[in-house]
Amino acid sequence: MLLIIVPVMILIVVFAWRYRKGGDGTYDKQFHHSTSLELVIWSAPLLIIIALGALTWSSTHLLDPFRPLDRISAEKPIDRNVAPLRVQVVALDWKWLFIYPEQGVATVNELVLPVDRQVRFDITSTNMMNTFYAPTLAGMIYAMPGMQSTLHAVLNKPGEYEGFSANYSGAGFSDMRFKLHGVDQASFDRWIGETKASTKTLQTPQYLALEKPSEKVPVARYGSVEAGIFSRIVNRCITPGTTCMSATMKHDGKQHGLVPPRGGEHQHGAPPEGAVFKEPHEIAPGTNVTKPRDPKPPGNQAPASPKNRDISSISPALARDGSIGA
Amino acid sequence: MFDQTLAKTIFGRLSWESFPIHEPILLVTFAVVVLLGLGILAAVTKYKLWGYLWTEWFTTVDHKKIGIMYMILGIIMLLRGFADAVMMRLQQAIAFGANEGYLNAHHYDQIFTAHGTIMIFFVAIPLVVGLINYVMPLQIGARDVAFPFLNNFSFWLTAAGAILVMISLFVGEFSRAGWLNYVPVANLQNSPDTGPDYYLWALQIAGVGTTLSAINMVATILKMRAPGMTMMKMPVFVWTALCSNVLAIAIFPVLTGAFALLMLDRYLGMNFFTNDLGGNPMMYWNLVWIWGHPEVYVLVLPVFGIYSEITSTFSGKRLFGYSSMVYATVVITILSYLVWLHHFFTMGSGASVNSFFGIATMVISIPTGAKIFNWLFTMYRGNIRYELPMMWVVAFMLTFVVGGMTGVLLAVPPADFVLHNSLFLVAHFHNVIIGGVVFGLFAGMTYWFPKAFGFKLDPFWGKVSFWGWVVGYWLAWTPIYVVGLMGTTRRVRHFDDPSLQPWFVLAAIGALIIGVGIVAFVIQIAVSIKNRDKLRDTTGDPWDGRTLEWATSSPPPNYNFAFTPVVHDLDAWYDMKDRAAQRPTAGFQPIHMPRNTGMGVILSGLAMVMGFAMVWYIWWLAIVSFVALVAFSIAHTFNYDRDYYIAADVVTDTEDQRSRLLAEKA
Repeated sequence: MLLIIVPVMILIVVFAWRYRKGGDGTYDKQFHHSTSLELVIWSAPLLIIIALGALTWSSTHLLDPFRPLDRISAEKPIDRNVAPLRVQVVALDWKWLFIYPEQGVATVNELVLPVDRQVRFDITSTNMMNTFYAPTLAGMIYAMPGMQSTLHAVLNKPGEYEGFSANYSGAGFSDMRFKLHGVDQASFDRWIGETKASTKTLQTPQYLALEKPSEKVPVARYGSVEAGIFSRIVNRCITPGTTCMSATMKHDGKQHGLVPPRGGEHQHGAPPEGAVFKEPHEIAPGTNVTKPRDPKPPGNQAPASPKNRDISSISPALARDGSIGA
Repeated sequence: MFDQTLAKTIFGRLSWESFPIHEPILLVTFAVVVLLGLGILAAVTKYKLWGYLWTEWFTTVDHKKIGIMYMILGIIMLLRGFADAVMMRLQQAIAFGANEGYLNAHHYDQIFTAHGTIMIFFVAIPLVVGLINYVMPLQIGARDVAFPFLNNFSFWLTAAGAILVMISLFVGEFSRAGWLNYVPVANLQNSPDTGPDYYLWALQIAGVGTTLSAINMVATILKMRAPGMTMMKMPVFVWTALCSNVLAIAIFPVLTGAFALLMLDRYLGMNFFTNDLGGNPMMYWNLVWIWGHPEVYVLVLPVFGIYSEITSTFSGKRLFGYSSMVYATVVITILSYLVWLHHFFTMGSGASVNSFFGIATMVISIPTGAKIFNWLFTMYRGNIRYELPMMWVVAFMLTFVVGGMTGVLLAVPPADFVLHNSLFLVAHFHNVIIGGVVFGLFAGMTYWFPKAFGFKLDPFWGKVSFWGWVVGYWLAWTPIYVVGLMGTTRRVRHFDDPSLQPWFVLAAIGALIIGVGIVAFVIQIAVSIKNRDKLRDTTGDPWDGRTLEWATSSPPPNYNFAFTPVVHDLDAWYDMKDRAAQRPTAGFQPIHMPRNTGMGVILSGLAMVMGFAMVWYIWWLAIVSFVALVAFSIAHTFNYDRDYYIAADVVTDTEDQRSRLLAEKA
């Protein structure tokens, strides 16, 4: 882009100086059109945008946060046999809850990750829209109530980093920060062990207490976590006695014969096929549906016919006559 | 108990606690506003100006006076919006580490919300609409707009919205949900206070005004052009005004709809945008940005028109590539609908959707780039006079291309995953809005001021204002670009990392320099009024203009043109001068004109009272004012006294006076 911006900026200054009143530039007040110049000024940006557009398309797909990673670092390809570490992230008002479902532990405002291992984050929120953002780790993505977003990432260098919410979410937003610790696998295992030893547990009652708005919350570690708590948070049925969104949807789907969500089984046989996928023999003749069944034009064509006086009334006599209706 | 119920019935939730007497900043502001307001009211009463103001200004249907009132509204609100900006810059410059700054979250969040809301809805829109209102009918050789009463009504609705926002400063509070009143923050359970209600009612009322005004302008441009002015002979400013208003007609209903749904959520307990019961906040974001992105072009397109007029006039040349400029404008108009999703690439749309919207966004830079080139080649082989308007144009071109470049950068989704919601983004849109819209508005105001008032603006204070804005802009926003690239995000009240502080201090100094520019602008107007005899222009054409507005006197008579001009070429007035066309001096006929009416003020006042009553849950007052609103609207349809004729000898007198002035000059 600088390829075009810099020359343009230089040209602005040069023209502005050279063609000032009393300057040495020639004055030609008839110069207001030039096809070749027009071609250049439309095609030069167009070419840049074509190149940039191609780059955008490929990089957007490559770096889609929902897509698993291809490589651990610039030199190291990913080992397909190693499943990514799973971390469930919940944005609460105004703190971060991290659940390690496989390890059965959880933390508040502290994220510990082993280096050189792919991590899959499943992200949701309880009330506000936040973005989960640890700049050293990966790009940001929204944490939204009742929805789940996904982020694949890897940390290559051990160390202590910053993480925060990048979307304004109310009074405690400025201090909605967490520390991200990158450690080697051995230290990570040790840390999991230590955390498991913690007597604090995260069951529904503790979660409901934690969910209440609070600011500048200190780090907390939970040695055990209720199974399936994240799914109940996403489906907004964490309060005992409330119906999960997923259950409501399933119920509604049955009730109204709706198409189940993507990936589910179709209830009414195969889905309809698009026209371009039809075999020649499947194509029915395209009749003209607006073609009048009666070739005669409506109304009575005889001049001054009394029948034309009230053409919109469906009198039995007229209808029988066949001049209207049919 | 009974007293309580009675008080609640009469005053809704309005009580003594609704007034922020615990906030020293607000108390002082309130005292100053009250004193100033009382002073102005006393002065108006003392000099017996009420009658004059009412008959000549408040009830006017003259597009020129309405345009001027829009400009005054915009400039007053600019001072308010800028005060908010300075408070934010100050907070961010000092709130590091142990220092929490001087604003609590409650106050700070209202300030950034109010700043954005006011700057877009009550500064940029009134200033742009005001210039279109003043200039466009003159440029097409019309006597007024298509619907003169509607024009007056639109202005007062906008003013009513602005007044509601200002009331929220002292009675209750303003929204804390960001300038688009984002849910879930603005949902009833998260913001049960009056803030979002003030926001919604103010913008609904003002939004109706903007929509009506846009319909009016489109009808005017399509139906009221002087004979001979085909579409491809319209001045570029008229073209851009047309595209901008077509856009506004298409998008404002979406905003009104989104706000109406949020109102239903808040008032009737519906669940369009709630987290539970099938509501979805994401839907609101989509709707407001379907309005929000084209809105950028609603503002910037007319300003592009201003730049085109000024570049052409001060280069002493026809605009280079007129038709490509027109096509570029139309292309931008259409494409602006296809890009809204780039405001939330990070919300989890798939890669293909993100790519589509990213590329669509980049494509807009092609016609925009073509426009820059067109201005550039208008200057090429020109004879450029560096008066103030032209200085603004050059400053704009140099500033705007940087904003355009960062915009294309942000349009690349992978880059946006890092820069979304960052201060880099905030710097980008201030770059295009200050460097594009604001510079252009100042250029336009300086350019057309002599047309409106008959004397030029003082060039010395104008230059102080110019340099204050340009230097201040770069000093205030370059550091914000830098910290944004370093990963700092927006709307943050307090920082931990002390290494960022110098950048924010620098930005605060930049804001103060912009403040110098704003103060200099106010001084410029005062000084110019004082020296108006020295700055007087009697020709009506002080800049050697090219379009029809310069063909008439300054200020123009209320009928604009004694005879409707006939257009033969683009740059109609230049063409007339070139062919030495003679100004008609005899044979004047009576002129048919619309009559003033107070109904715009009355209806808008009622709408404002209704908004206020709804904000405070004063149901009886809301019902009464709504019924009155409907009744007065119906009553107005029975007002048949809507027009009058300016007698031929009055026209002759006016035109003879102009002939004398022109002869004196020669």
